[in-house]
Amino acid sequence: MAKPKLAIYWAASCGGCDIAILDIEAKILEVADFFDLVFWPCAMDFKYDDVRKMQDKEITLTLFNGAIRSDENYEIAKLLREKSVVLCAFGSCASEGCIPGLANFTDKQTIMDYVYKTSPSLEPGNNVVPQTEVKVFEGTLHIPNLWNTVRTLPQVVDVDYIIPGCPPQSNQIAAVIDAVVDILKNGKPLPPKGTVLGASDKCCCDECKRKRDVKKIKKFIRPFEIVTDPEICLMEQGMVCLGPATRSGCGAKCVAAGVPCRGCYGLPSNIRDQGAKMASALASVIDSIDEAEVERILDTVADPLGTFYRFSLPASLLRRVQ
Amino acid sequence: MSFEPRIVGFLCNWCSYTGADLAGTARMKYAPNVMTVRVMCSGRVDPAFVLDSFRAGADGVLVCGCHFGDCHYVEGNHKCMRRIAITKRILKGMGIQPERLRLEWVSASEGARFQEVVDSFTEEIRALGPMRLKEWAFIPEQVEAAAAAHGE
Repeated sequence: MAKPKLAIYWAASCGGCDIAILDIEAKILEVADFFDLVFWPCAMDFKYDDVRKMQDKEITLTLFNGAIRSDENYEIAKLLREKSVVLCAFGSCASEGCIPGLANFTDKQTIMDYVYKTSPSLEPGNNVVPQTEVKVFEGTLHIPNLWNTVRTLPQVVDVDYIIPGCPPQSNQIAAVIDAVVDILKNGKPLPPKGTVLGASDKCCCDECKRKRDVKKIKKFIRPFEIVTDPEICLMEQGMVCLGPATRSGCGAKCVAAGVPCRGCYGLPSNIRDQGAKMASALASVIDSIDEAEVERILDTVADPLGTFYRFSLPASLLRRVQ
Repeated sequence: MSFEPRIVGFLCNWCSYTGADLAGTARMKYAPNVMTVRVMCSGRVDPAFVLDSFRAGADGVLVCGCHFGDCHYVEGNHKCMRRIAITKRILKGMGIQPERLRLEWVSASEGARFQEVVDSFTEEIRALGPMRLKEWAFIPEQVEAAAAAHGE
């Protein structure tokens, strides 16, 4: 029997997901052994044309990381959807937008102006801005058009499964690979479409081992402002910890190390908007019933929107700044 | 065509919904623009309800609960007040006028107050104009057309 084919692609992402896949250590040899790696631009030399020449549904599994924010991302997302039996949104960017998604707080023009015209690292008077089309001696070159709004993979194509995390933890990736091998080798049934793999349904607090008591907060503080108590809930100590609004599955590693949860595993099941849920949780623990004082306490939250929506803005209810 | 605001009103079961009911049984006339959703407590109104209302096409969101000290669940309205404060910040950051969200305390006996709140909020939203969400839906054809315009 021919080996099942595996493709791994990156769209708008940092490459951390690809590194996380390599982080499964010796298991990567098992992956190379079991699968025929047909497309992985980050690690090996493949061309888009190699994929275009394939039959429809020829690739058994595609792990797609990265958000969709250019014509190229979109084109390859559609292409891989056509060629794959199972398309998996891999990592936070593909599933809910992640850090590239913060671009939805501004717009394309502002970003282009900053990067190519006003950034302090530019030569003064720089006016070279990339064009989508340029004529050179050999012919015309095309650069993919950047979108005004960053999208998630499930927003643009049909996605079968989601593996959350920024990046997904290597033990979870290994577990997913084991499950995939089990399905392909032993004919186990596929989980229902849309299942979130490599994570659980509850929130990060469920995995957190810190002691929780009553939360009453008069002032929010940032991690650098205190030496954290190693045992008590970080939110009780006054930090904005996204644990209550974040899916578990990571093992609450950041929180165990004294760093508040940033929310990279995205929204838990049954929640539609991670930022709104976090706002709701935060409002519950503020210790005041005086409106002016509540406003003063809220002023101590640094960059509330960027904090609440750090990993999920394109997947939130409003998608982008209006 | 003139603009008729669409307002979603979350009314708490114990005070405000009863207050609205009183306005109705007393045959007070007020703007028909508020679509009411009865919730058990104003503390139940999650910021996501507000954002979802705007996403679904509301021009304004009205939240009404019991006066401080009257909450059936002792402190649900305190939580509501704090949630609305933080939700207004989210709206502002997202580029939506925070005035489109209003919190009012209406007791079960304040039918006249409910009438006044609805009328004034409707007029305020009418002045702000309709809400339009930008680039919310993904329309592949538009992206294809843009790509075609770039010669691809």
